[in-house]
Amino acid sequence: MFNRDNWKEIFETIQKNKLRTFLSGFTVALGILIFVVLYGFGNGLKNTFNEFFGNDATNVLYLFPGRTSEPYLGYKANRRIEFDNSDLKDIKENFAMFLDYVTPQISRGALAKYGEESDNYSIRAAAPSIQEAEKVILMEGRFINQSDIDNKTKNIVIGRLVKKDLFQGKPALGEFIDLGGSSYRVVGVFQDDGGDREERIIYMSYTTRQRLDKATDKVDQIIVGFKPAIGYEGAMALEKSLSTYFREKKYISPKDPNGMYIRNVTDQLKQNQQFAGVLQIIISFFCVGTLIAGIIGISNIMVFVVKERTKEIGIRKALGATPKSVIGTILLESIFITTISGFIGMMIGVGILTGLGDTLKDYFITDPYIDMGIAIASTIMLIIFGGIAGYIPAKRAADIKPIVALRDE
Amino acid sequence: MAMIEIKDLHKSYQMGSNSLHVLKGINFSVEAGELVAIMGSSGSGKSTLLNILGMLDEANEGSYVLDGVPIKNLNETKAAQYRNKFLGFIFQSFNLINYKSAAENVALPLYYQRMPRKERQEKAIKYLEQVGLKEWATHLPSELSGGQKQRVAIARAMAAEPKVLLADEPTGALDSKTSYEVMDLIQKINDAGNTILVVTHEPDIADMCKRIVHLKDGVIVEDKKVKQVRAAQYV
Repeated sequence: MFNRDNWKEIFETIQKNKLRTFLSGFTVALGILIFVVLYGFGNGLKNTFNEFFGNDATNVLYLFPGRTSEPYLGYKANRRIEFDNSDLKDIKENFAMFLDYVTPQISRGALAKYGEESDNYSIRAAAPSIQEAEKVILMEGRFINQSDIDNKTKNIVIGRLVKKDLFQGKPALGEFIDLGGSSYRVVGVFQDDGGDREERIIYMSYTTRQRLDKATDKVDQIIVGFKPAIGYEGAMALEKSLSTYFREKKYISPKDPNGMYIRNVTDQLKQNQQFAGVLQIIISFFCVGTLIAGIIGISNIMVFVVKERTKEIGIRKALGATPKSVIGTILLESIFITTISGFIGMMIGVGILTGLGDTLKDYFITDPYIDMGIAIASTIMLIIFGGIAGYIPAKRAADIKPIVALRDE
Repeated sequence: MAMIEIKDLHKSYQMGSNSLHVLKGINFSVEAGELVAIMGSSGSGKSTLLNILGMLDEANEGSYVLDGVPIKNLNETKAAQYRNKFLGFIFQSFNLINYKSAAENVALPLYYQRMPRKERQEKAIKYLEQVGLKEWATHLPSELSGGQKQRVAIARAMAAEPKVLLADEPTGALDSKTSYEVMDLIQKINDAGNTILVVTHEPDIADMCKRIVHLKDGVIVEDKKVKQVRAAQYV
């Protein structure tokens, strides 16, 4: 079956039946092309999705103070609630077994100057563990550490884009930046996958910020990182007990919706994961559908090709072709065409996906891609099914008595 | 020993609930080098007989021996091999493969004999030369006239050097002048010692053979040697 003469015969047949070759090749190439592009788009959608929701840690509760809207225990309504360092300590003491870390956060904007360059940035004052909550990745130097907290140092860690803006490519570590009138030493540079905004941030110790704010002990919000092991149910329970605890401590009515807020990312996470799951199902459905349509397309073409060749098969059999050689020739020809055009279609599809990159971001498709393994596996699947689809009519045609086949006009 | 030996051959076709008895006991033998016309009106069973002789169809009853080889219970593969080795076919509608050139068509039976490519091509050209179409070797069938197509088909039938040539209405699709040219060629091939069977319903074509077998309603009604009319005189 694999001698050179057979292949020459097959190549000649392919060459001299350009339309037929083109038709079957085109069907296969188009099928696999659409599959690859659709699959890639699906991955692109997921990328967009992850970019929207996936850049911060998910085992985190955010506590914000608010303003009461109901009177409670002799306190009037519209009272402003504030968090302070004692609250941090209380959380640490009372909920220790659930916690990974606790950090306050105080956000301010400030004009930062270095030499001739200056710009406004948001400054986050926090404890070292905010690195985990925000998934900050250090590029150089170090992050804020406990000694910065204890000594209220004027050390800062700047975002990648802050460095780019202010230092213009010069080294930043150890340099001093002027922040709202006093100078701070850069001890680290970080990056963040959460986008440009997240890389235009400057971190400092919250104790330093509190000293600057006239030696207060107030904090804007509290970020509680809990042990992932407690799971979704545990996180919901923790949210509830934190709420109860703080409402008691701050004298807020249990029914007051505005006294304080807790943002629970796990809850969102669960919804997001469900949404992503539905997305995945829809995409898989489309892809499988395309693949099946491709297989049906190839089968049709193969039936047509064999039907068209019935008379030729009759002639060949009258001249001494055995059924095996008839089937072998037709199969090898079709597999050859499907293999070549399948891989061409696949490569074009992969090329399109690579070329698109971010251009479809407005349509929620970011960096579409397909795993080469899946692309190749589906191409091979199409080739195998094309072969099976070709074998059945070829076998039938080869079994037709030559006189019947010769009569076929 | 006879080249073809047929004894008590029966063939019937099942048409729904009716059975159509086409051949009703044919006894018939052909010696090597004969040129036999099988005549009969349509429905007489002449094409069926030829198809059975050509192993394109199988008899229900009776024996068929070709050059000492009993042809019986052949599977498709075996039948294909025998056809390739023993028989050359010439059809009324030529049956050339339309996307292959004249030379490639002639070389096709040799391909199934597993002959090396180069040898195949040389042989194809040689046989095309014999039928006077060497210059047309690279042309496609669509570029040839009916007579030329039939001559290519004859060259193809000859190329495998078969023991018997079977021609089914070889002149059926041709005008009389071209018919005589084709018959002239067939006579010349016969002169060279080849055994040829021609199915025809045209008396003038039959007269150009050396023996006429007349079929009617599935039996041989007449089997006579005739004085051959040479086709060359009409060409």
